[in-house]
Amino acid sequence: MTEALQNIFWILVFPGFVFTIVLGLVACWIVRKVSALVQWRVGPPLFQPFYDVMKLMGKETLIPQDGQRAVFIAAPIVGLAGVLLLSTMLWRTTITQNDFVGDIIVAIYLMILPSLALILGSSASASPHASIGTSREMKLVMGYELPLVLAFIIVIIKTGGQLSLAEITKFTPALSISGMLAFLVSLLCIQAKLGFVPFDIAESETEIASGLIMEYSGPLLAVWKMMQAMMLVALPLFLVMVFLGGFGTTAGWPLVWGIGKYVLVLVLIILIKNTNPRVRIDQAMKFFWVYCGIALAIAIILASIGSYYDINWL
Amino acid sequence: MKESVNKPILAVGPFHPLQEEMEYFQLTVDGEIVTDIDVRISYNHRGIERLSETLQYDQIPFLVSRICGICSASHPLAYINAVEEIAGITPPDRALYVRTIINELERIHSHLLWVGLGGHFIGYDTVFMWAWKYREPVLDLLEAITGNRNNYGNVKVGGCREDIPNELIPKILKELDLVEKKTDMLTKAILDDPVLHVRLKGVGTLSKEDAISYAVTGPTARGSGIAIDVRHDDPYAAYADLDWKVITQTEGDVFAKAVVRLLEIFESIKMVRQALKKLPDGPIAVEVKEIPPGEGFGRAEAPRGETFHYIRSDGGNRPVRHKVRAPSYVNVPSFKASCIGQHIADVTLTLAAVDPCYSCTERLAVVDGRKNVVHDYDALLRLSREKTARIKKEIGVPEIKLEDF
Repeated sequence: MTEALQNIFWILVFPGFVFTIVLGLVACWIVRKVSALVQWRVGPPLFQPFYDVMKLMGKETLIPQDGQRAVFIAAPIVGLAGVLLLSTMLWRTTITQNDFVGDIIVAIYLMILPSLALILGSSASASPHASIGTSREMKLVMGYELPLVLAFIIVIIKTGGQLSLAEITKFTPALSISGMLAFLVSLLCIQAKLGFVPFDIAESETEIASGLIMEYSGPLLAVWKMMQAMMLVALPLFLVMVFLGGFGTTAGWPLVWGIGKYVLVLVLIILIKNTNPRVRIDQAMKFFWVYCGIALAIAIILASIGSYYDINWL
Repeated sequence: MKESVNKPILAVGPFHPLQEEMEYFQLTVDGEIVTDIDVRISYNHRGIERLSETLQYDQIPFLVSRICGICSASHPLAYINAVEEIAGITPPDRALYVRTIINELERIHSHLLWVGLGGHFIGYDTVFMWAWKYREPVLDLLEAITGNRNNYGNVKVGGCREDIPNELIPKILKELDLVEKKTDMLTKAILDDPVLHVRLKGVGTLSKEDAISYAVTGPTARGSGIAIDVRHDDPYAAYADLDWKVITQTEGDVFAKAVVRLLEIFESIKMVRQALKKLPDGPIAVEVKEIPPGEGFGRAEAPRGETFHYIRSDGGNRPVRHKVRAPSYVNVPSFKASCIGQHIADVTLTLAAVDPCYSCTERLAVVDGRKNVVHDYDALLRLSREKTARIKKEIGVPEIKLEDF
């Protein structure tokens, strides 16, 4: 009984929903503030993302007449649940170092859920803009999932066949050529997952008027915003754990090091966001399949040679 | 009411985050490819031409400068050129130079504005913010000269209202140096960015033949390799005395249009410097007693292309006919040639690349709410031709046939 209560506490309060959402909204603020500073603007106050979500919560929800009502409402909640599980799992692994077999595979599955939920929700909203957004998101998911999985395979090779996140965080694969390549590629894939420029193709404001979430309003839109805020915590954290050694392995000051690594990944994402124009969907797919694919193929060969001959820097 | 959608149609407008003005582009799409485009404008018809016929000659510059906030020096100048042609007035040299300087400063800030918006349209908000920050000092200069950041209201029949004080010239030159340095940095950053090349080159290409047949003007035409520029072909104000060149690019795509605009900023800076150096002393206006009966037209090269104003006077203190043709009016139909067959992502960029100004382009559209009949472009064109033919008959213009040329 107490164990069940404790699990619920973990999922709902710490380190699950409440903790991640607060962190996520702060991360949202960091993204907006740093973008503003890059663009010579002042930027929003710290609580602006909180105010945005609170305000949306109090607004009316409009559901399109032709839309599939149940799917339209369920989709944001499914997406939020997926990210919630992912972030709870990652934080629990970070804090207690417990593990169960197949961690990284579960994480990869949970990471696809938000995209699938977005596709479901927007295809249920019966809007031409949203349908174009849906098709773009589908193409984009097909584009970046393959390089992302390949990048994690490199991690598994580098760590000697480990699948458990707790074990993987004891290594730092990014300190080798193949690991670095895999890290950079997965950083770009995360960029696409988060829907940031240059891969905000499915939401592109000036083309299809935020396509995917065009018909959403009120609390349901707030759920999407919260989901995106939580992804802003979970996805960089996942990269930190998989490629940069997580919070635990560095000697002394593990918390400071961990936060430093997380902020580093976040700042890299923000810089990519602010120094690129949006690419076209066919260009994005070509980029992920051809360029990232070739880079990762080379990285896999290097990693295999490295692990066969015990050369750590390859 | 449930309606099945037969044709997949993507609506860009009437209110769309692409552009803040009211416009409606109906894109018929096949997947990501645009197969047809229809344009509908006139959501905010203001009746400028009719209003103008109720105002006195000296009041009209203030009205026509409000046709468009960005071209608010070119429209009054074209109007003044028309009135001065009727009255046979030659303004003092200093007034001509002041007009030139204000028009070129306007071009600098308008082109920087477009560069920023172009960045925004492809999601590059950093370029948007930087370009608009570089544009600010130019607006400050215009404010220092005329008292307003936009809608300068500085021209009048026979000269100018406000002079450029000689004490201000060193400050203008200093600011221009800064603007040139920053624009140079921005230009290099934009022209060297490989992602921008991928995104802009070969997009929305308007071939030279299409550009001629749609009669496009301004940077849209110059980007397609047609070296037309009113400042060069039919010099007004002090342009004939200045040394500058018409910038053209041959590709006709969005990148070429961007290059034309960026390089024109440097030409404009050069022209302002020369004009300030040559600025003659003397009065800035002559006394104008009355406007005799007659008709005249004036042209000015607005940042978006040729602005055309036609005035007919019956000797009173108000024009009896005032006709305005803004550059976007001819540039917008060229989307038929440049957009079909492109990706949606490219089409929205192409729509923005001619720097359309819908407030200039507004025409009366007749909409019957019950029958849902809208007088579209073709119908309005037919009406317009019929009316022109009627007027020609009234005033007895000889028939002109194209074959005569």
